[in-house]
Amino acid sequence: MNRSRGRIRENLIGLYTIVYKEVVRVLRIWIQTIVPPAITMTLYFIIFGNLIGQRIGSMDGFDYMQFIAPGLIMMSIISNSYGNVVSSFFGAKFGKHIEEMLVSPLPNSMIILGHVAGGVARGFIVGLVVTAIALLFTDLDVEHPLVTLSVVLLTAVVFSLGGFINAMFARKFDDVTIVPTFILTPLTYLGGVFYSISLLPEFWQDVSKANPILYMVNAFRYGVLGVSDVNLGTAYAIIVGFVILLFAFSLFLMNRGVGIRD
Amino acid sequence: MPALRLANLSKTYRNGVQALKGIDLEVAEGDFFALLGPNGAGKTTAIGIVTSLVNKTAGSVQVFGHDIDRELELAKACIGLVPQEINFNQFENVEDIVVNQAGYYGIPRAEAKRRAAKYLKELHLWEKRDGISRNLSGGMKRRLMIARALVHEPRLLILDEPTAGVDIEIRRSMWRFMRKINLEGTTIILTTHYLEEAENLCRNIAIIDGGRIIENDRMSNVLRKLTVETFVLNLRERLSAPPRIDGYDVRLVDESSLEVDVSRERSINRLFAGLSEQNLHVLSMRNKTNRLEELFMRLVEAKGAPPP
Repeated sequence: MNRSRGRIRENLIGLYTIVYKEVVRVLRIWIQTIVPPAITMTLYFIIFGNLIGQRIGSMDGFDYMQFIAPGLIMMSIISNSYGNVVSSFFGAKFGKHIEEMLVSPLPNSMIILGHVAGGVARGFIVGLVVTAIALLFTDLDVEHPLVTLSVVLLTAVVFSLGGFINAMFARKFDDVTIVPTFILTPLTYLGGVFYSISLLPEFWQDVSKANPILYMVNAFRYGVLGVSDVNLGTAYAIIVGFVILLFAFSLFLMNRGVGIRD
Repeated sequence: MPALRLANLSKTYRNGVQALKGIDLEVAEGDFFALLGPNGAGKTTAIGIVTSLVNKTAGSVQVFGHDIDRELELAKACIGLVPQEINFNQFENVEDIVVNQAGYYGIPRAEAKRRAAKYLKELHLWEKRDGISRNLSGGMKRRLMIARALVHEPRLLILDEPTAGVDIEIRRSMWRFMRKINLEGTTIILTTHYLEEAENLCRNIAIIDGGRIIENDRMSNVLRKLTVETFVLNLRERLSAPPRIDGYDVRLVDESSLEVDVSRERSINRLFAGLSEQNLHVLSMRNKTNRLEELFMRLVEAKGAPPP
């Protein structure tokens, strides 16, 4: 009993060590991790929200700037939580310092959780920065704080796990950029960040509903503005389903040693 | 209970290369053990399996009685590894590398910092603790990996070519340090290309070649198997031809140096007597190669070729 309690404590110290290291890394290279999304999102707010948005008028009862703000915040959380884990874990593989963890008694689940927590932390930090920028352009009253926070957390976990899996399979730096460029970015843009799917013909509305990012963006928009194109329960079920599925797959890959052990 | 027990350990890589062909090995607790072999012999694969960096194909590994198939985490907690290649984050600072490693072993941060200070001081890296590890010299990087491997105070320390590329002065200070921690109770397994290092430090030895153990004995027993040693003699006189001395094969290296093969059965005194009779004076004498190196080459050449 004491031994197992001691083991749990040791594992938590190991987990804390990875999280601490990851957060320090994000803050140390803030010019690469925090500034670029801040600049990109500022441009989005100026061009889409301010210049084009004035001509678009209102959407779902909100002015366009207010409508796209939650989507843009969520977009930055998605890309940064994914990008953090994929670059950090692949960097550790490439530089071989992943071996520091692999030779230690730290369970694979803790290695995954530590990196995911790092991705979530970066997602949160960038999300807060983008929210602060959004507040320079528009007012945002959070309608459902618990929904907002839980959706941000779960979505960041989903994409951190996605980044982890990508890094496990990646053999070269090119492999790290393929998924974000060819899968993540199109799905995010088509996930209702800039528009309500009610504007689309019925066929394309049905197609859009196959895109999991649509549920995350809309659940978050519901949390902030109180409006959504999708059912909130369905959105939670999909997001939690992805969390479970991707974590199980990550653990399977780690236990098999895919990409990290011969 | 042995510190390490390998039984019928095999590894076949996905490309079909059979790196280990069923090796059996036992390293006693407290031993200073040399694992030698030419490049590609299977040393690093064996170490990789023991430290969970390589998946085994068959066989078993026990570290202080903990089987890596059943008690992997307990087995891992007993081992400290100094790998052949630099494998720390080159952008991290020196102290953080050691402190974080302690964290992975479940050591609280305050204690980790205390231990990091202890080992960084012992390995003369304390002054560099705040520096980025990339800026360390080659020898310092090797010592940093030793400090990192020791921070959780392992019972078994595995050093895979720890002194490669390190100058002789630092190498000797590392030898002193390794001897000290061995005397304090840490079992050490050492692979090295400097056979002088293995001969000086290790009490027991295994030679691996082609994925098989071809020799495993006490160092003194192994060295006793060396039947012929070659000596180089420097003479005061200058010669144009080698002197003839009965029972010895004497070769002229240059006008004042001789090379002589001396078998174990023959006394070296007779060689000196023969030289004195011819009024030749020996100024100095040395082994042509390290004794272990000589034996290693003979064993590998004799037994190394894989069976058909």
